[in-house]
Amino acid sequence: MRRLLWPLVILALLLLVNVVFTPNFLSIQMRDGHLYGSLIDILRFGAPLMLVSLGMTLVIATGGIDLSVGSVVAISGALACLQISQDAGVAWAVALALGLSVLLGAWNGFLVATVGIQPIIATLILMVAGRGLAQLITDGQIITIVNPAYKLIGGGYLLAVPFGILLVLAVLAVTAFLVRRLALGLLIEAVGGNAEASRLAGVRSKGIIIVVYAFAALCAGLAGLMISSNVSSADGNNAGLWIELDAILAVVIGGTSLLGGRFSLGGTILGALIIQTLTTTIYSIGVPPETTLLFKALVVTVVCLIQSPAFRAKVLGRRRRPPAPGPVPGEKVRVSA
Amino acid sequence: MSGKTESLTGPILLMRGIGKQFPGVVALDGVDFRLLPGEVHALMGENGAGKSTLIKVLTGVYEIDAGTIELSGQQVAFSSPLAAQQAGISTVYQEVNLCTNLSVAENIFIGREPRRRGRIDWKRMRARASELLAGLGIDLDVSTPLSSHSLAVQQMVAIARAVDIEARVLILDEPTSSLDAGEVEQLFDVMRALKAQGIAILFVSHFLDQIYEIADRMTILRNGRLVGEYLTRELPQVELVAKMIGQVLADLEKLHGEARAFDEPLVQAQALGRAGAVEPFTLTIHEGEVVGLAGLLGSGRTEAARLLFGADHATGGQVVYGGEPAALRSPRAAMQRKIAFLSEDRKRDGLVPELTVRENIILALQATRGWTRPVPREQQDKLVAKYIAALKISPAHPEIPVRNLSGGNQQKVLLARWLILEPRLLILDEPTRGIDVGAKAEIQRLVVELSDGGVAVLFISAELEEVLRLSHKVGVLRDRRLVAVLPNDDELTTEALMETIARGGAR
Repeated sequence: MRRLLWPLVILALLLLVNVVFTPNFLSIQMRDGHLYGSLIDILRFGAPLMLVSLGMTLVIATGGIDLSVGSVVAISGALACLQISQDAGVAWAVALALGLSVLLGAWNGFLVATVGIQPIIATLILMVAGRGLAQLITDGQIITIVNPAYKLIGGGYLLAVPFGILLVLAVLAVTAFLVRRLALGLLIEAVGGNAEASRLAGVRSKGIIIVVYAFAALCAGLAGLMISSNVSSADGNNAGLWIELDAILAVVIGGTSLLGGRFSLGGTILGALIIQTLTTTIYSIGVPPETTLLFKALVVTVVCLIQSPAFRAKVLGRRRRPPAPGPVPGEKVRVSA
Repeated sequence: MSGKTESLTGPILLMRGIGKQFPGVVALDGVDFRLLPGEVHALMGENGAGKSTLIKVLTGVYEIDAGTIELSGQQVAFSSPLAAQQAGISTVYQEVNLCTNLSVAENIFIGREPRRRGRIDWKRMRARASELLAGLGIDLDVSTPLSSHSLAVQQMVAIARAVDIEARVLILDEPTSSLDAGEVEQLFDVMRALKAQGIAILFVSHFLDQIYEIADRMTILRNGRLVGEYLTRELPQVELVAKMIGQVLADLEKLHGEARAFDEPLVQAQALGRAGAVEPFTLTIHEGEVVGLAGLLGSGRTEAARLLFGADHATGGQVVYGGEPAALRSPRAAMQRKIAFLSEDRKRDGLVPELTVRENIILALQATRGWTRPVPREQQDKLVAKYIAALKISPAHPEIPVRNLSGGNQQKVLLARWLILEPRLLILDEPTRGIDVGAKAEIQRLVVELSDGGVAVLFISAELEEVLRLSHKVGVLRDRRLVAVLPNDDELTTEALMETIARGGAR
């Protein structure tokens, strides 16, 4: 897959930098029957972002965007922890939190598809109101819980592997099934690629859009459970703060256009891993804390430039043939065999 | 000395031997055009004749490949629309390109506000704006936002702005297409006032009656070439239409023999209409019948077709399908009744450019099944292979993005999309426009085959020969009205069709 090439190169480069600073960075060991190592940490701590990004990918592929996922993360975690703190069963708490997430996502989809509000505004509503809702649920406090079963979701292990990683794999498999085995992917790409043509071809785009926003919220809800489970507490204020921006970034780095249309789940996973690895790298190479955000921004800028075919063509093309004022490079029609 | 007298009586604008090429297309080839001061000059031609290219060349949007442009006797070459505007050539487009959220006065003076000591002199701006509009016979409060006025008034404001920038040449590109009759009259009054001031007006409109009401002179283009320049009063409408469409007198084989009797009405439009798009019309389409729709661009052909597909909502009348009233609320509803619609604008209303040929072909079929019931990949490949072969789509590769195909092949991909649904009524809106002769003949043959197989076809085309060759009967539209439905018998000729288009009403 050609479109995954550059994200892979970038991820490899980041890992290489880490290996230079931390020679045993790539080693994975068994400790107390659990897999252990920096790579496992990246996967484990990156799991919520990967989940949120998967949902975001489908939303962006329809030409939309979902700013509310961070708030859904907070709401979901808050509701689950509240239930557990009131001695409800873990299964019930999880089901309730995920159910509410789906409902909130469907609300976003309703605003976008049926009411016709621009996605960025429609989801901004829940982004702001959702934080309030999360604080309402936690009563403005941080709810702490002690529950081994709930701890499994974000902090536990199954067959030596962190449970969160397995959860991501499961969601990835289900998503891939929905979009590539069933026809959801084709219809999403059609709606995102040309909405009017899709309507005239009989695509029920309203239904598709509602499903996609509901799915994005479900992913966010699951991520919320993971985050709150990992720290055994729910913080309505800070849980999932800014995760929507990282998720959008992951989708874009993964090669899905913000204009909608073609999307790549594999690319998104790579994008999320790049962002998580970058965070790890910042700590491991000892970037001073006051400059981490700036450093991250610089790296992201470089990553985005490397990802841009136009930029690559300009930089590489100029070096190869200096004076030729020929056709625009990169516009060549590529017919794969 | 002679130069000076020339500029008073001679043309203000003189374009000679204008040539413009785009990759693979000659848009303009040796076109001459002139504008006299104080005249309304209509630029006529069918879609693709080169009208808009000529206007864009004149206003500096495109550079010319050949020829010269003289303004008041001086040779000019505009590098941008702004340069053309500064030289006195102003353009008012169909879609008003003003800021509707600003006030009328602000719109007239945007970018050149009258100032006093560095600050905008609002009082003077408003006074001047009122004055300008009064000069055009319009009285309104110039501090109200532009959006609170009708489209006609917005257009007048655009004209007022254009005229105030000391325009000598005013280009009005389809200004009347969204105006009602009263507003058109208002616009014409303004045009007459400007004419009296000695401004040369280039006017483009698809409404022949309007041309004959306002234009003094007209220049006709066809396929990028100049047909000629005529005084409006000396050129009858029938001849104008003939010159625009181009008479091909050679008798082409009629693919369909003659009008025959059909028993089973499949679709009946009963006083079906949509306000502002097409006036109520009544039309019956039988199983196996090819019904042609003829008319100039903007005559309501597409709008009528879209009503039959549920792409737009009708504001009156009803569709009867198979003897029962059918509410076509959406394209889906029409598709459930096996109605298919190949739209006129492939790019905007048909293709999903980045998806593959296969995905574009199965899109409508998949849409009818919903996302939970995918068309099995094996069946997809089989269907796609079948139609790539049947329609000779090339390159015959289902997995390349459809945007890499040529126009004709893209059109065949869209045809395949609808054919796999096995429609009972296939609406084809300009299916052969912009595609090469070979592909055109293939599509025509396909229409005949479908009709022989019992499929009803509504065939829309600007090419009258094509309509006559294929249709059993022909509906003629003019100015958004279905003015006649003519059986395609021996007496029906392209000339007769043209006359109906030009005059309106039956033979």
